[in-house]
Amino acid sequence: MSEPQKRPTHPPLVELTIVRLKEFLREPDAVFWVFVFPLLLTVALGFAFREKAPDRIPVGIVDGPHAKQQLDALKKSPALGPRIYSEREGREELRRGRISLLVAANPSPVYSFDATRPEARTAKVEVDDALQTAAGRRDVFRAKETQVTEQGARYIDFLVPGLIGMNLMGTGMWSIGYTVVNARLRKLLKRMLATPMRKTHFFAAQFFSRLVFLVLEVALVTLFAWLVFDVSIRGSALAFMTTCLLGGAAFGGLGLLLASRAKTLEAISGLMNVVMMPMWVCSGVFFTYERFPDAVKPVIRALPLTALNDALRAVMNDGYGLMQIGPQLLYLAVWTIVTAAIALKIFRWS
Amino acid sequence: MTNNTVVSCRDLRKHYPDVKAVDGIDLDVQAGECFGLLGPNGAGKTTTIEILEGLNVPDGGEVRILGLNWRDNERELRERIGVSLQETQLAEKLTVYETLRLFRSFYRNGPDPDDLLQRLSLDEKRNARVGKLSGGQKQRLAVACALVGEPDILFLDEPTTGLDPQSRLQLWEVVAGYRARGGTVLLTTHYMEEAERLCDRVAIIDHGKRIALGTPRELIAKLEATNIIEFESVPALDESAFQSIEGFHGALRRGTRWQLRVDSLAVAVPQLLSAIETREARLETLTTHAATLEDLFVALTGRELRDV
Repeated sequence: MSEPQKRPTHPPLVELTIVRLKEFLREPDAVFWVFVFPLLLTVALGFAFREKAPDRIPVGIVDGPHAKQQLDALKKSPALGPRIYSEREGREELRRGRISLLVAANPSPVYSFDATRPEARTAKVEVDDALQTAAGRRDVFRAKETQVTEQGARYIDFLVPGLIGMNLMGTGMWSIGYTVVNARLRKLLKRMLATPMRKTHFFAAQFFSRLVFLVLEVALVTLFAWLVFDVSIRGSALAFMTTCLLGGAAFGGLGLLLASRAKTLEAISGLMNVVMMPMWVCSGVFFTYERFPDAVKPVIRALPLTALNDALRAVMNDGYGLMQIGPQLLYLAVWTIVTAAIALKIFRWS
Repeated sequence: MTNNTVVSCRDLRKHYPDVKAVDGIDLDVQAGECFGLLGPNGAGKTTTIEILEGLNVPDGGEVRILGLNWRDNERELRERIGVSLQETQLAEKLTVYETLRLFRSFYRNGPDPDDLLQRLSLDEKRNARVGKLSGGQKQRLAVACALVGEPDILFLDEPTTGLDPQSRLQLWEVVAGYRARGGTVLLTTHYMEEAERLCDRVAIIDHGKRIALGTPRELIAKLEATNIIEFESVPALDESAFQSIEGFHGALRRGTRWQLRVDSLAVAVPQLLSAIETREARLETLTTHAATLEDLFVALTGRELRDV
């Protein structure tokens, strides 16, 4: 009814993306799960499994005329935590495994220990060494020692990439799956369909808004892990970013696929859990999947979260570049394309 | 169908496994008119209007909107029609302005969102979240979203259902304002009053069929009666008792209550009272009103709109 005029708004794709970002930021629950929860998890697990100085091995000394002397000798060893017990007490503690070795003087020392336990064997060597030295043994030579804690080999180094992967999975699937099903439920999808909006713009906006948050959430966890736990990315930043983006895309596609027909929030929640549960367990978030039987490993490696975690660990811990994580990136790309293609094909707007 | 016809459908059909939602409906809406689909819930109004809006595919029949069909001209038609669905819940976390701005971005042409908000008296709520709006404000925003592309045709599905009288009045003003700018409106309603107030022409729909068509005045005239008497007596009278009343056109029994269609109240009421007296019955209640579309619906179907 009127002449063409200048648009008073940005292009639809930009408007759709902005709106999606605003909606997300106004949802405190979503913000918590995407940004705060992963940090809390990193802190909790990071501290629980942080590296400590090797514990002193507890050993017991049976009370007697030489006990005090032996105690002083054993205290000189940095590897031992000696204590004096009565004969009966000492036997009891040894039986319960609270001490690894019991020394009795008779008058020359008698060591009681369980030789099948590695710690007990270490205790025997250390105790013997300490007592021999105290008795005046001279070492033929003294070797220099260097302590090694290799960065990238600690549990926290294993954990952080796993957490980033798990987080990308959870937020990617939830944010797209939930938004789409909720909009369908509220007939908002149908209402959009009644406008000249291009359907591709709607889907693209979901991915773009997801991308913005993906960058933020990955940056946040990575930065936090670097500052607090000294976890760093040893490989190329390009490989790291590519991995995160492809991972995000794969889970976005999977989320969209699950949401393409679901009509209720209960249905989409159930579907999400069914799909994510096996990956939480098998994809090596908290522990390596190497202990699973060899027969199932190819399947596990093909799961999107496994591919993502493997690639992230390779880049962060092993310092790999794009070329070396090719297979994982290929898996993620295939997941993205296949899930998104099926989703668009079967998508229901009402 | 004339050159002026902007919406037309022939022998429209949509059958679901358990119900024939639309069962052979013909409609023609002229440019500039307000056309109402009137009928009870479940009559097939929403299915019909959604087929016309291109949101539902008919099993049979032909649809032309602005001379175009949905299969070949969807994008063009989407630019030129505005739609308000029944009970759409717009995103609650967005503000009124953000919502309208989003919808505006989808269209080539249309008013500035702020101008439109002013026109619909929503400018005070510009920065309020959609979730905080009253029912009437939400509905006006829904209509604003339908108007934001400056459409040639506005489709409104039950625009005032569940609204308080004042909000309903405000919405009617919005529709009137749009028509004053030359727009065509097609709406569904199950409120007779709304159809009588807003619509130039009305089609009454029941069980997926068009059972009457015309201006509200023409339709009421089809009742062949201008007034309605409703009464109860103890014991209840027999229909034969009314045959002698002058200008009597028909009666309908609803429980213990009778509903008579008559020409003149001045003539019919005294005759009815004497008929009651001769049969030694006692009059319990008696009310009268000028015939409405509601009465037409009752006369046509034997059911009241709100029952169904």
